Amino acid sequence: MVVIEPSKRWVAVDLRALWAYRELLYFLTWRDVKVRYKQTVLGVLWAILQPLLTMLISSLIFGYLGGFGSRTGGIPYPIFAYAALLPWTFFSNAITNSGNSLVGSANLITKVYFPRMIIPGAAVAAGLVDFFIAFILLIGLMLYYKVALTWNLLLFPALMLLITLLAIGVGMWLSALNVKYRDIRHALPFIVQLLMFVSPVFYPSNVFPAKWRLVYLLNPLAGIIDGYRSSLFGQRIDWIGLGISTLITLIILVYASYSFRRMERTFADIV
Amino acid sequence: MSAMIKVEGLSKQYRIGAREAAYGTLRESIVGAVRAPLRGLSKKSGKTPHETIWALKDVSLEVQPGEVLGIIGRNGAGKSTLLKILSRITEPTAGRVELYGRLGSLLEVGTGFHPELSGRENIYLNGSILGISRKEIARKFDEIVAFSEVEKFIDTPVKRYSSGMYVRLAFAVAAHLESEVLVIDEVLAVGDASFQTKCLGKMSDVAREGRTVLFVSHNTQAVTTLCKQAAWIDHGRVVKMGRTDEVISAYLQGVGRASAKPLEQVWDNPGTAPGNENVRLHAVRVVAKKDGVLSGLDMQTPFDLEVEYWNLVPDARLIVNCALYALDGSPVFETLTFNESSWHGRPFQVGLYRSVCHIPGNLINQGTYRLRVAFLNEFAEVLYDNREATVFSVHDVKERDFPWFGRFIGNVYPKFEWTTELLTGSD
Repeated sequence: MVVIEPSKRWVAVDLRALWAYRELLYFLTWRDVKVRYKQTVLGVLWAILQPLLTMLISSLIFGYLGGFGSRTGGIPYPIFAYAALLPWTFFSNAITNSGNSLVGSANLITKVYFPRMIIPGAAVAAGLVDFFIAFILLIGLMLYYKVALTWNLLLFPALMLLITLLAIGVGMWLSALNVKYRDIRHALPFIVQLLMFVSPVFYPSNVFPAKWRLVYLLNPLAGIIDGYRSSLFGQRIDWIGLGISTLITLIILVYASYSFRRMERTFADIV
Repeated sequence: MSAMIKVEGLSKQYRIGAREAAYGTLRESIVGAVRAPLRGLSKKSGKTPHETIWALKDVSLEVQPGEVLGIIGRNGAGKSTLLKILSRITEPTAGRVELYGRLGSLLEVGTGFHPELSGRENIYLNGSILGISRKEIARKFDEIVAFSEVEKFIDTPVKRYSSGMYVRLAFAVAAHLESEVLVIDEVLAVGDASFQTKCLGKMSDVAREGRTVLFVSHNTQAVTTLCKQAAWIDHGRVVKMGRTDEVISAYLQGVGRASAKPLEQVWDNPGTAPGNENVRLHAVRVVAKKDGVLSGLDMQTPFDLEVEYWNLVPDARLIVNCALYALDGSPVFETLTFNESSWHGRPFQVGLYRSVCHIPGNLINQGTYRLRVAFLNEFAEVLYDNREATVFSVHDVKERDFPWFGRFIGNVYPKFEWTTELLTGSD
């Protein structure tokens, strides 16, 4: 029996409903991936081109002209940048796409019932597909630069999970806000740009003075991106940084999902 | 037997103008948040009441297993809101619904279709959106394709489909939704006549399988054919519920009375009103009067088409032209002010004018019509043409003792004189 009533102020995340609709998540993800490269000449190559071109330009500007190339702890700047560009490209695309996803799916929201979280969730999942396509090039670069593999690589899956959870949390919160405040759509590119500057994408995080390190780590992406480099290049893992990132990610995720559930009930009326 | 759907005191409130105001800006919200603590202090005095409407007010009904319930009512009566709450798309403001079984809803066919994907891909995608599992779709795939009659194009992106093919495919997926309760909203409004018949057939199959169906439609004929029971909703309340023929005849009589005010479109600002440097529209009205008293517009009622306009050019010799079209675009008539006695052929000074065309009763068939208003000069040159000056509906009347509530053929339904005589008797 299903009971439909005005809901209370706080509603828990309905994991059972999410599980029941897992096929929909799969199909929406598949649709996003499939449609994204339809009628493009280069097709899925775009997933590689985006980080690749950014890597080439940043190697010139930041690595060579900016002088960061000498502060990477012995890692060649191109692969140093690419290792961060992969999670960064994933994250920025994921929050942009999922942030706009609910508004873009207005026709679904007003016509069919399903757990709404699936929509921003599918947008993040589609980003993961791009990540793994671009990952192929990373393997090539590692072979080319003869980067030795270490046990740190075991951290890689955990980092994947962490950044995905972070992207889901931020993405779904922005998507829900976007339904009510269309300001989000305009603010999003700016937020993404700002995040890029405060995350160690083009520079090593050691350029920040040690006394500011804790403040710096309040950006959960900082710890995660550092983690990616440590994991791939066998550098020392900053467990404190990673711990802070994990904690902040979980806080964001919990807050975002409750806040999403609270706003969810009016989506169909105002979208 | 216990009910399949139990609705108790269901209400839904909307803020008026919610569509425009709903996505306000962050600024408003931040200002609101700053003021919120203050509002808490002066709760009674400071609160400005929002203008709200009840789309549904205290609706209670029960649907038994296997029942096919028709829901009728005018536009905006609350039918769709009820279905949206039952389908869990939107939440009620008050009240409670108990559903004993899986509910599938077809509020619009083709929801979630993606133009870039092929027919095959869209069947799976749309199915999963409607809550049909991949296995179930795979099992019924051939049946769905056969029903939709698009076999040859199943691997073509649907953006290359004709609108008929698109609708057929969409309906085919939806029609194979297997749930204990099925909620259907106006799906018959699409497709060509033969496909509509097919859809109707499919739906009566569904009804015969013993599933519970809620069927919302303007099409009283379809409701009569499909449903034994019906509910008439008006202004968010259930006005009448019971046997379909009784409810529909009450509805058809009620519709005429309910809206005893003229339908009008008014533009007050001569600078922005529709028109151009020659003429601008001030108002377009459809005024129905029964014995000199304003009334709703049904097939028997005479009505006036009133056009008010500013003439902006001195000494223009204006001719007003009204043309009526049915919703499918077929023309009903065109009439001009040639036989108008006081101004026709005379120079119009600059100013505001009103031209009225009297349409007799017993002429226009039930249905929805579009009025086109144009202005010509004496050389038959079009000065201004408004193809959709207004849209209005002529309602059916329950005048005849005849168990047919459908629409008779044609856009006119004149009362011609008939005679019948007995030529040769049997005895």
